[in-house]
Amino acid sequence: MAVSLREYRARIKSTESMKKITRAMELIAASRIIKAQQRANSAAPYARELTRAVSAVATYSNVDHALTTEPESPDRAAVLVVTSDRGLAGAYSSSVLREAEGLVEKLKAEGKKVDLYISGRKGEAFYKFRARPVVEAWTGHSDQPTYEVAKEIGSTLIDTFLAGQGEGAEGVHEVHVVYTQFKSMLVQEPHAVRLLPLEVVEGEAKPEPGDVLPLYEFEPSAEAVLDGLLPQYVESRVFFALLQAAASELAARQKAMKSATDNADELIKKFTRVANQARQAGITQEISEIVGGVNALADATAAND
Amino acid sequence: MAEALHVELVSADRTVWSGDASQVSAHTVEGDIGVLRGHTPLLSLLSPSLVEITPATGAKVFASVDGGFISVANDRVSILAEHITLGQEINAAQARADLESAQASAGVNAEFDAGVRLAQARLDAALKAS
Repeated sequence: MAVSLREYRARIKSTESMKKITRAMELIAASRIIKAQQRANSAAPYARELTRAVSAVATYSNVDHALTTEPESPDRAAVLVVTSDRGLAGAYSSSVLREAEGLVEKLKAEGKKVDLYISGRKGEAFYKFRARPVVEAWTGHSDQPTYEVAKEIGSTLIDTFLAGQGEGAEGVHEVHVVYTQFKSMLVQEPHAVRLLPLEVVEGEAKPEPGDVLPLYEFEPSAEAVLDGLLPQYVESRVFFALLQAAASELAARQKAMKSATDNADELIKKFTRVANQARQAGITQEISEIVGGVNALADATAAND
Repeated sequence: MAEALHVELVSADRTVWSGDASQVSAHTVEGDIGVLRGHTPLLSLLSPSLVEITPATGAKVFASVDGGFISVANDRVSILAEHITLGQEINAAQARADLESAQASAGVNAEFDAGVRLAQARLDAALKAS
């Protein structure tokens, strides 16, 4: 009997309280994830209408905008990495960071200089620990992103992108976003997309060459409308990425906490068995000691007679 | 062609109002527009202002928008802005106080300040809805 019964009991107790904590976190994540999904769904109409409007402008007018023009020789890129603020979500943060590292390597191999923008404390800590410079980091909103945050991130990215327009200027020539796509409760995949320059592909079908174009009126002008529309479009894309990341984070946390709870259950079962064995061994030893003592006494009296 | 306009009032995080309407009025950066059935396709930027919808049935709907744009095509009207609030969701007294503080901070250019116009729109929406 290596460890005493008391120690086993203490271990069972601490495992039980740990199980309570992980179970509570699992339930919290499960209840929040529904809200996060609802938020993602209720933000969808805005993104859909914006996409429709942007593609209407792109289809029915021939206007070039700074945000949609491909730079001639892109050699600077910005990468926005969307991570979580808190851990205990399994491989969630590390897998999105791994995807980001892959993208950064790829961009560097193409001869581009990469500026990092981070959302979420986990990502910030990751780069701080490795002493790699981060241009800007936003934290404190990863499980409930608001549109204000998305707007701030979006306008920062647009500003650096626009600053990179001139020849040899500061700023960047393209902007990428790495976030986790929420596919289902079980599957969340890290995903890298290019945010800027914009490619408007989805949305309304192009009219047939023979069709008469419906005459869209742009007020005050197509350029001004695009000026107003495109930043909002970018911000809504960032918002979409943040919402997806939030839902993924909660799903990953729920999954991680569920397996932690299951493991705690297993441990408790194992410890209970070992503790019972230890107790039984103690009882058997006591009985055999008593029996041994009685026998010795009986032998002694028999010898005296 | 559809019987009525289909209107959607969408803010960044939710659909504020959607349904059929006979008329929509809004204030663009160029001036007031009213949209009826059969309006020509239009895409226009809105200024922070009051949007007025006359639904097919029921009372008029008033909402304040903080900019954004209106798009009209095939008798579908969508009004998009980052923040849209329906008149009945706004507290008139609060809106009045907001307007006063916005006017005070804007000073002489109060008429052209976006904050003042948004506050004015919120107050209008609240008063008209009640």
